[in-house]
Amino acid sequence: MTTLTGIGIGRGIVVGPVLRMPDPLPEPSTMPSTIGPDSERERATGALAAAGEDIRARGEKSGGKAQEVLEAQALMADDPTLRSEIDSKIDGGATAERAVFEAFDGFREMLVGLGGYMAERAADLDDVAQRIIARLTGVAAPGVPESDTPFVLVARDLAPADTALLDLDKVLAVVTSDGGPTSHTAILAREKSITAIVGVSGALGLADGDLLIVDAGAGEIVVDPTLEDLAAAEAAIGAQDKRGDVPIGPGRLADGTHIPLLANLGSVDGIEKAVEAGAEGVGLFRTEFLFLDATSAPSVAAQYAQYSKLLRGFPGKKVVVRALDAGADKPLSFLNDAKEENPALGLRGLRALRATEQILRDQLTALVRAESETDADLWVMAPMVSTAEETTWFVNLANEIGIKTAGIMVEVPSAAILADRVLRDAAFASIGTNDLTQYTLAADRLLGTVSSFQDPWHPAVLTLIAEVGRAGAALGKPVGICGEAAADPLLAVVLVGLGATSLSMSPSAIGDVRAELAQHTREEAQRLAAEALGADSAKGAREAVRAALALHN
Amino acid sequence: MPERTVVVASAHGLHARPAALFSQAAARGGVPVTVRKGAKSVNAASILGVISLGIDHGDEVVIAVEGEGADALLDELTELLTTDHDAA
Repeated sequence: MTTLTGIGIGRGIVVGPVLRMPDPLPEPSTMPSTIGPDSERERATGALAAAGEDIRARGEKSGGKAQEVLEAQALMADDPTLRSEIDSKIDGGATAERAVFEAFDGFREMLVGLGGYMAERAADLDDVAQRIIARLTGVAAPGVPESDTPFVLVARDLAPADTALLDLDKVLAVVTSDGGPTSHTAILAREKSITAIVGVSGALGLADGDLLIVDAGAGEIVVDPTLEDLAAAEAAIGAQDKRGDVPIGPGRLADGTHIPLLANLGSVDGIEKAVEAGAEGVGLFRTEFLFLDATSAPSVAAQYAQYSKLLRGFPGKKVVVRALDAGADKPLSFLNDAKEENPALGLRGLRALRATEQILRDQLTALVRAESETDADLWVMAPMVSTAEETTWFVNLANEIGIKTAGIMVEVPSAAILADRVLRDAAFASIGTNDLTQYTLAADRLLGTVSSFQDPWHPAVLTLIAEVGRAGAALGKPVGICGEAAADPLLAVVLVGLGATSLSMSPSAIGDVRAELAQHTREEAQRLAAEALGADSAKGAREAVRAALALHN
Repeated sequence: MPERTVVVASAHGLHARPAALFSQAAARGGVPVTVRKGAKSVNAASILGVISLGIDHGDEVVIAVEGEGADALLDELTELLTTDHDAA
């Protein structure tokens, strides 16, 4: 028995045999063409068109986000720059196969050279090139293997064309040796709820038929498990199935404590989905969409129409709206167009709003007007607050305009450390774990090279959250969580243990979090939180909590 | 030739999907469109050309359109670039 590790997507556990993705086509020969440039060009034209059509047809079949990705691939096959590269290589005497191979390889090198997110797109190009070359050489296009029995697909990396057409009845899980948390495999696995572990070194050493336990929650693969391992996996799968049965309803701990589960929304389009998922309101309504495409701030009337639609979607429920959170990283010319060296540390969030107070006044006025016509419970919070003084300024202005419940987001460590003072004037706090993690660990969220620091399980982040939880409890003020952290079911339990009184997340995560909360009492959550706080790393915190749970069960 | 300087909004820059939307729109215009970042200029209708510029979030690019309907096309392309296609 051996164990491999990688980055797990989702929380599924599956047991099944390996089926390997076929190896890529051999590199086309460098032998010069024997049929001449004109004929080679004609062959290339036919193959490019056919491969483009094939990819487009796959896109139409799969729909959704996959279709957009495939559409981008089809465009690559039609690309005029690529075509002129291919033609010039054919004119130099190459075969169509070789010309296509070299032209794509040039672009591939360039993408890899750009690094980060762009380098992860290199798989898209490889996939298109392989499909075109397969056409030219008359062999079957490489792709997902077919089998009558369910299997765990093991591959170097999946291209969108592959992930889009996975037969979910047959593919139990996907394991890839390459790719990070933002690769297409990861994105599409998340969207389609496929159990997956990416970036598994050693995955390519697996052979067809090897039996695996794939535990995405732990990011772990057990190869050739013992009977005991298998029994434990079956038990875990059984427990997971049972959890899925928790009916839609308010979020509750096992002891009945109510922890409202709210939705994060980026526009009014998501209202229906949130209601369907059983959201008990909105914990974070981002208002940037109203501003981002505009050259001047939208009018009170235009904003009112959107807020009114939002509030009408949640009658009698809590709706937390975040005031415009823009700055040099989400540039709005009418707010702040100065070029900053460190936008994350610059004039953003509430700082930018204070510099252009009228924009904030208009937004609050539109919100008050919308609230007066509905019976939703409107809360408004300021983004990127660092000090008690800023809090007091915002709360006073919001109250003056007619907002009854005004609070702040805690994203900056200073606001967490002095939470007892910051929360004196604020009616509530909502912790933005993504930014809080970025600022606590001093690691740019948008920078791939430091992405390993962006883990909200880090005990330093949890310690700051605990500080806010303590201050909230002492002052009787609600403390919500509205970052990605709340969508991780196990971390959600820890957050409740640290004092969170509500959790807000993307609607698709609400079901899993509701099910996990129902497994634990408040006392247990506090015990798990203490385990996490005592660890010395994010990984250590996760492991300590899992170990404590295993001991308990 | 009419041109415009735009700051790119997509959180991960112009990778596959945002680049596809942009180059498709450029191709639909039926007139020559170039996009320039720094000293390098490419055909905006070529998705690979656009990707090869390695355009990141917050980068400044210059779009130039030649021929009929240049202003309307510039408007459309500007809007595409100032929308964050990565926002979930």
